[in-house]
This record gives sequence, structure tokens and C-alpha cells, in this order.
Amino acid sequence: MATPKKKSASKSTKSTDFAAAPINKALTKEEKIDLYRTIIGIRRFEERSLRAYNQGKIGGFLHLYIGQEAVAAGIVSLMEENDHIITAYRDHGHALAVGMSMNECMAEMYGKHTGCSKGKGGSMHFFAPDKNYWGGHGIVAGQTPLGAGLAFALKYKGLKGCALAFLGDGAVNQGSFMETLNLASLWNLPVIFVIENNGYSMGTSLKRSSAEENLAHRADGFDMEWEVCNGHDVYEVREVANRAMKRAREEMKPFLLEIRTYRYRGHSVADANHEKYRTKEEIEEYKRTKDPVNVIRQKLIDEGVMTEAEAKKIDQEKKDEAEASAKFADESPYAPRSEIQTDVYSEVDNDTEGKLKGTYFFND
Amino acid sequence: MALITYREAIKQALDEEIQRDENVCIMGEEVAQYNGAYKVTEGLWAKHGDKRVIDTPISEAAFSGLAIGASALGVRPVIEMMFMSFSYVAIDQLFNNASFCRYMSGGLMNIPIVVRGPANGGTNVGATHSHTPENMVANHPGLKVVCPSNAYDAKGLMKAAIRDDDPVFVMENTLLYGEKWEVPEEEYIVELGVANILKEGEDMTIVSHGRCAMLSLQAAKTLEEKHGISVEVVDLRSIRPLDEETILNSVKKTGRALLVEENKPYCGVDAQISHIIQLKAFDYLDAPVHRVSSIDAPQIYAKPLEDWQIPNEERIIEGALKCMA
Repeated sequence: MATPKKKSASKSTKSTDFAAAPINKALTKEEKIDLYRTIIGIRRFEERSLRAYNQGKIGGFLHLYIGQEAVAAGIVSLMEENDHIITAYRDHGHALAVGMSMNECMAEMYGKHTGCSKGKGGSMHFFAPDKNYWGGHGIVAGQTPLGAGLAFALKYKGLKGCALAFLGDGAVNQGSFMETLNLASLWNLPVIFVIENNGYSMGTSLKRSSAEENLAHRADGFDMEWEVCNGHDVYEVREVANRAMKRAREEMKPFLLEIRTYRYRGHSVADANHEKYRTKEEIEEYKRTKDPVNVIRQKLIDEGVMTEAEAKKIDQEKKDEAEASAKFADESPYAPRSEIQTDVYSEVDNDTEGKLKGTYFFND
Repeated sequence: MALITYREAIKQALDEEIQRDENVCIMGEEVAQYNGAYKVTEGLWAKHGDKRVIDTPISEAAFSGLAIGASALGVRPVIEMMFMSFSYVAIDQLFNNASFCRYMSGGLMNIPIVVRGPANGGTNVGATHSHTPENMVANHPGLKVVCPSNAYDAKGLMKAAIRDDDPVFVMENTLLYGEKWEVPEEEYIVELGVANILKEGEDMTIVSHGRCAMLSLQAAKTLEEKHGISVEVVDLRSIRPLDEETILNSVKKTGRALLVEENKPYCGVDAQISHIIQLKAFDYLDAPVHRVSSIDAPQIYAKPLEDWQIPNEERIIEGALKCMA
């Protein structure tokens, strides 16, 4: 990869001491520990879900976020009342970061009625509109125009906020994303496109899929500001994303943020070949030096925010919570068959007086 | 009642809904400053301004998806496809996201958008601009689709579609834009899921939708005058939801059914309606259900051939006589 260049109108911190950046300095001790709690929570949840998948308890696909946790945790920690978030199918981390419970997320993956979508969406389709979280979308880049739409609505309604549209490095080559970049810039929408660049679109490396490997540079073609940062240090993620989000809220301008991160696991668990398209050493090197869990834990211990023992305790709590969520999911019932045809049409679901005309469903 | 064009009726619906609800806005290619490729939105930008009537770049996928995202937060966008054929560029947005986000969120997300534009052939423009995808839309639970055949229905259905909390496709027809019908001055709505009996009759039922319903009405008059056959014409108006009751009551009365649509026949809307009739009115049928659809090939460019490819009065009469034989 070429050295990332920066092109940002706002002040950028040259220093690598992101902990000292005002947005991070302002964090209370408890808020810092919460960041660790979120990051380790995502990790333990996903490890547990992987076990459930391997046991055959979870069907379909399982796209793990392991290795990327600091990105969702960092950015979500900056969200304000009128900020909204949408992502693709690697959506567990964002879901837990916005405050969805492990129970509802695990149960959704088990396909159970107690899941966040009653077992109708599965792993790739978590939603929590009450937490400004709009999914969880299965088609690569398909969520990006929706993200611009959330920003459009904020602007239309005169609300001060921003939309965060997450995508992977594979999504940058989809037409819908490029169309959306143009629209967002043309209409000055307060949306931040966050490319979580983990280096691989499924099994194809960045080098083999993108002519311009500096993905953020694509913003130049749409007269949009961009920046590149690393995703393993939650402080760095927060410092950089905060500037983009502030700018979006205050100046009604879009931003393209490329975050260099890494996933330890395959594209999905079905991707058993992931050690063939990259080396074991590459994975181990990242784990050893840049693991987002270790990075924040060590920083907080060094800062004296928490002790090793406290870190271990939180870790254990999250392991227990993940274990309990698997038990909860396992013991939960599936939705009754009658639920197959609910949540299809809002007007049907809310037709309490039976005034709707005509046939909506064609079963025989 | 005023005699106005189908185009004017749609414009009135849009204009009135923009005034009624501050969340309603119109988006699409050339809808604002150019006044609409087919002039359906003529004057609306001058009247309501940039916020409510919005020109988009030629990016159907992006503005369709943007409308979906915006609708999640309460905006009610009406997006124009210059041709409904262009919705194919936005299939992932319209047929995955608009149709399924509510379901996949367990009912937590609503998508109150309207997708409107002409969906017809017969205009001598070749296969890429002549799609009639109401069958494709109807095949996606979560979506609704209506096909107004006249100005009165166009206005009433458009208003109902805009007020609906689900995504609704309104399939218009460029060949009808300039045709005139009587439309009341006062406010009215045509509910989704209610068919219209355009003409009562005794000997056979023609079930149709969109412009074909008007052709069928014409053919019914000829059949009565020249062949002494009394034909009842049912205009579906709404494809999903579907007014099964009106179809079945009519077929039970006449004992014969001819289904007329501009869709290609294989998996067309009428394939489903034919199934419903045989299942639910089997004992009432005096003849097999017959169909007149577009001739099963990509839309041909050559005008005289295209005029034969899509249903016309001659082909409908031919189909009706077969059904009566």
C-alpha cells in the first residue's frame, strides 16, 4: 500500500498521540472503560457466535468483525442524538456498539422469535431504529445510498446531525456507491462514508480488485473531502472521525473516511480458504502488534484508567454475557408459522379495523 | 366535472399532496427545471421550489436508495422513473431494499415511497424502453403496484399511493398522458385493492388493467354491436393488493373469462389471475380461461409490428370469440 496522503480542510493532528487529542482527553475514566467494554464485548460475542455456528446452531453466513472492533466502537461513541448509522452485512460490531443487547443479536442469528428482527433477518440484517441503527444490509454497497438518504432527511427536516454509512473495501467498486458519492457531494449531504478497509474483498486482495489502492482518493473525483487513518487504535479512530462528523453536522458536507483495518477471520466462516489468499504470518503480525483489544487495554492500563485485574474482570463479564446470550438464544422459541406473513406491509400490520381492501397475500 | 388529461390528473395529485404534507417531495431526472420528460411535473418546481421538486443526476440506483433512506426518517419521496424500464438500473434498491427492509427488520422500518413513471410499449422505441414490470413488482411481497387506466383513477390512486405507508409503484402510460377523462374538482381518493367494473355484461368477463382496460372496453362495445356478445369489463386498477372478489363475482356471473394485459404472457399478472379463477370459480366456468397478452418476444421496434405485438382491439376481439366458441 502506498503511504496515505491527507487532504482535509480541517486541522489535523500530526502527532500520533491520539490520546492527547481534545476529543479523547475529554473522556471520563468511565467513558474510556466503556470503550474497552464495547470492544472486548464485540470480540467475546463474536467468538461465542463462531462456536455456535460451528455447532450448527447458527445457519446461513457468519461474517465476523474480529480485528475491526475499534472502528465501530470508536465512531459510535461519537454519535449524537440526530446522528444515524447504517452498515453492510458485517454488522454485529456496530449493533453491539449502538447498544443492542447480546441476547437479541444472538437470538437473531439462531433465527429465534426473540431476535432483534424476530428471526426474519439473520446475521446480516440487524436493525435498531430506536438507536438510530438502520441495518445490517446484505448486498455489497446497497446500503450506501440509504445512508445518503438518512443524511438527506436530516437536511430536509432541518436537523443538525450526520449519517454514517459504513462499507467495506470491496464495496467501493460497486456502481451504486460511486453514484452515491456524486449525489452526496452534489447535494451537500451530511454523510460520512466510512470505508473499513480490511484489505480483502472476500478472497480478492485490494491490489487485485482496485486500480487505485488509495480508496479515499476516489473522493477527489467527486470534489469531496477525505482522510485515511488506522483502525486498530480507538483513540485514532475517534480523533479522525470526530472531525469528519463535526464538519458534516456544522457545514452540511459529506466526507470519505478510509480506515485501514484487518479481519482475522475469513470473509465469512464459510471462507475456509482465507489462509490461502494471505499468509499466516500476516495475520499473526497484525494480532501481535495491532490487535484493537490489546491496544486499548494496554493504553488504559498505562494511563492508570484501569488495572490488569479490572480489565480481566470486564473481559470475564463479557464472556459470561456472550455465553448467557447463547443460552438465551438456544432456549428461545422460533416464531410461530403465522409470523411468516407479518411485517411485510406496514398497512396490513396496522390495519386493526380491517378496513384494507383486496388480497395482499397469495397462498393458494 | 372538468375534462382533463391523464397527465394533468397526475400533476394535480402531486401538487395537492405536496401542499397537504410537508414531507412529500418529488425526485427524478428532469422533473424540476426541465418540467419533466413527459411534462407530468410541469410547473411544480416553479410553484414549490428546490426543496420539494428535485432534479437528480442520471443515477437511478442512488436516488432510489436515497429515497428509501430518507423515508426511514419520515420524508415521503415520490421518485420518477423517466421510463419504468430504468428501474432495472435500481433493482437492488427497489426490489431488495424497498421491498424487504421492513421484513428483515422485523417490522421496525417503514418505507413510504412512491415509484412512478410510464410502463408501456407501443411507442416505437424498442425493447429497452418498453417494459411493463408490474408482474415483477407484484412478485415481491412488500411492494404494492397500481396501473391506472384513466385520468380519474390516475389522480385518485396517486394520492392513495402517496399516503400509503408502504412502497407503492404507480405504472403510468405515455399513450394515455394526452387522453382526457372527467375528473371531479373536489378531493377524492381511489383506494388500493378495489377494482372497477367499467362496463357490465352477461356473457363473458374481460379482466384487464392499465391502457389495455380501455382497449378492452372499446372491444367490448364492438363485440356487443357486431357479435351480440354482452361483455363485462373489470379494470383491476390495483395489481397488489388485488380485488379478487370483483373478479370472481364477475366470472361467476358470466361463466367465461378473457384476461387482457400488455405483459408478456409467461408469468404475467394474468397467469396468477387465471390460476385464481380456476381455483375459486372452477364450477362456474363454461370455457377455459383465455388470455391476450403481448406476443412473447422482446419488444420489436418496427411500428406496425409493435402495434400487433401488444394487445389491440382486433386481437382482443379474436380472443373473445375464441373464449365464446
